Amino acid sequence: MGATVTTANNDEKTWGGGHEIQPLGSSYGKMMMWFFIVSDALTFSGFLGAYGFSRFKFIETWPLADEVFTHFPFMHGVAAPMYYVALMTFILIFSSVTMVLAVDAGHQLKKTKVAVYMFLTIIGGLIFVGSQAWEWKNFIKGEYGAVETAGGSLLQFVDKDGKRVALADFAVKLPEQREALTRSHSTWFMEDAQSLPSFTVAEIQAGFKAHPEVLIRTEKLTAEKKKTVLSREESEKHLATAKYVVEGANLIRNEYGNKLFADFFFFITGFHGFHVFSGVIINIIIFFNVLLGTYEKRRSYEMVEKVGLYWHFVDLVWVFVFTVFYLV
Amino acid sequence: MSHEHVSNTKRIWFVFGLLSAVTIVEVILGIYKPHALEFTHFVGLNLLNWIFYILTIFKAYYIVWAFMHMEGEKSSLRWSVVSPVIFLVLYLLFILLTEGHYIYGVFKDSTIKWNF
Repeated sequence: MGATVTTANNDEKTWGGGHEIQPLGSSYGKMMMWFFIVSDALTFSGFLGAYGFSRFKFIETWPLADEVFTHFPFMHGVAAPMYYVALMTFILIFSSVTMVLAVDAGHQLKKTKVAVYMFLTIIGGLIFVGSQAWEWKNFIKGEYGAVETAGGSLLQFVDKDGKRVALADFAVKLPEQREALTRSHSTWFMEDAQSLPSFTVAEIQAGFKAHPEVLIRTEKLTAEKKKTVLSREESEKHLATAKYVVEGANLIRNEYGNKLFADFFFFITGFHGFHVFSGVIINIIIFFNVLLGTYEKRRSYEMVEKVGLYWHFVDLVWVFVFTVFYLV
Repeated sequence: MSHEHVSNTKRIWFVFGLLSAVTIVEVILGIYKPHALEFTHFVGLNLLNWIFYILTIFKAYYIVWAFMHMEGEKSSLRWSVVSPVIFLVLYLLFILLTEGHYIYGVFKDSTIKWNF
């Protein structure tokens, strides 16, 4: 096991064929990291391509990203599209910079410097994963709520000026609403598969009748790339076909629009977040190896370079996810 | 690696500045969405999206070349990593987006209301 020897005269960078042979001018480990990255890049391309496929399929009804991702910490109720993801992007780019600085310090065999930069990279990665968790929390919780029709399309509510109206702002409470079945409120074999929404369809319909200023917005995009707002009569007709009340997002339905939108959001940002998480774990392992002086004894910090490649790749993927999900 | 390593700190910070600047431009365009750019189409894509994709590729280039230090590798390694990705991705996107667009047309012209 040449690669795990920690003495100064190790063969870490040597291939089986001997010292003179170095295909593509690269060590075995580094080349394999590159080819792992190639395969992983193709996996992500497959996911993003599938997202593009579904989006092209529903090009006229796809949700508008600026309306979905509008939250910023400590700015409750203020619509701040893009700012938060922009911040996340900066955090990830910055952790990429500290990583490349660690690699650079490794080339000069400066152990302390490598350790400090690795530590900063790990912190950056953790902040990014935390930010993504917060983003997911807001996405899952939702803000306004919507109803789904029997045909599977989504209806959202707006006022006369086209501003979104939350379900709670107009729905009435009817006495027949049943309580959610939980273990503590029913017999042991009865439990709701999902928690009940705050309102029933009947309550939304009654509330809609009582509030003549509320209108319905369909998923359809106009020529101006805005969602279509229906007239009052049209709205009433559409609402009569309502079947589900949708609050927030899960893998079955979401209040933002097309079902696949949330599925792809969870899957692609989740898969990316998993990469960041595993990158942090690998960085921590290498960080401890740096502290223990493993690479100092080898006189080579190539291992830092290899995890660096993986870490930059994670940043690279985020650049594309950022564009495809939030900008375009 | 046989060649001597000199510190690249200056270049690293330069690339960081560049990537940050590009991200800021993207965010500003994403928030304001200039009407002239968003509603002018060029080869089936509006100019705003063209800009976003070009800037993304630009950022990707700098991450791979500067941060992943592709510029210091032999051109044989460079090509064997970059070319399969580029050509397979172009192929994949061509197939998937063409088919997606076709299915959109099928749904649009049919009388069936279907959402899956």
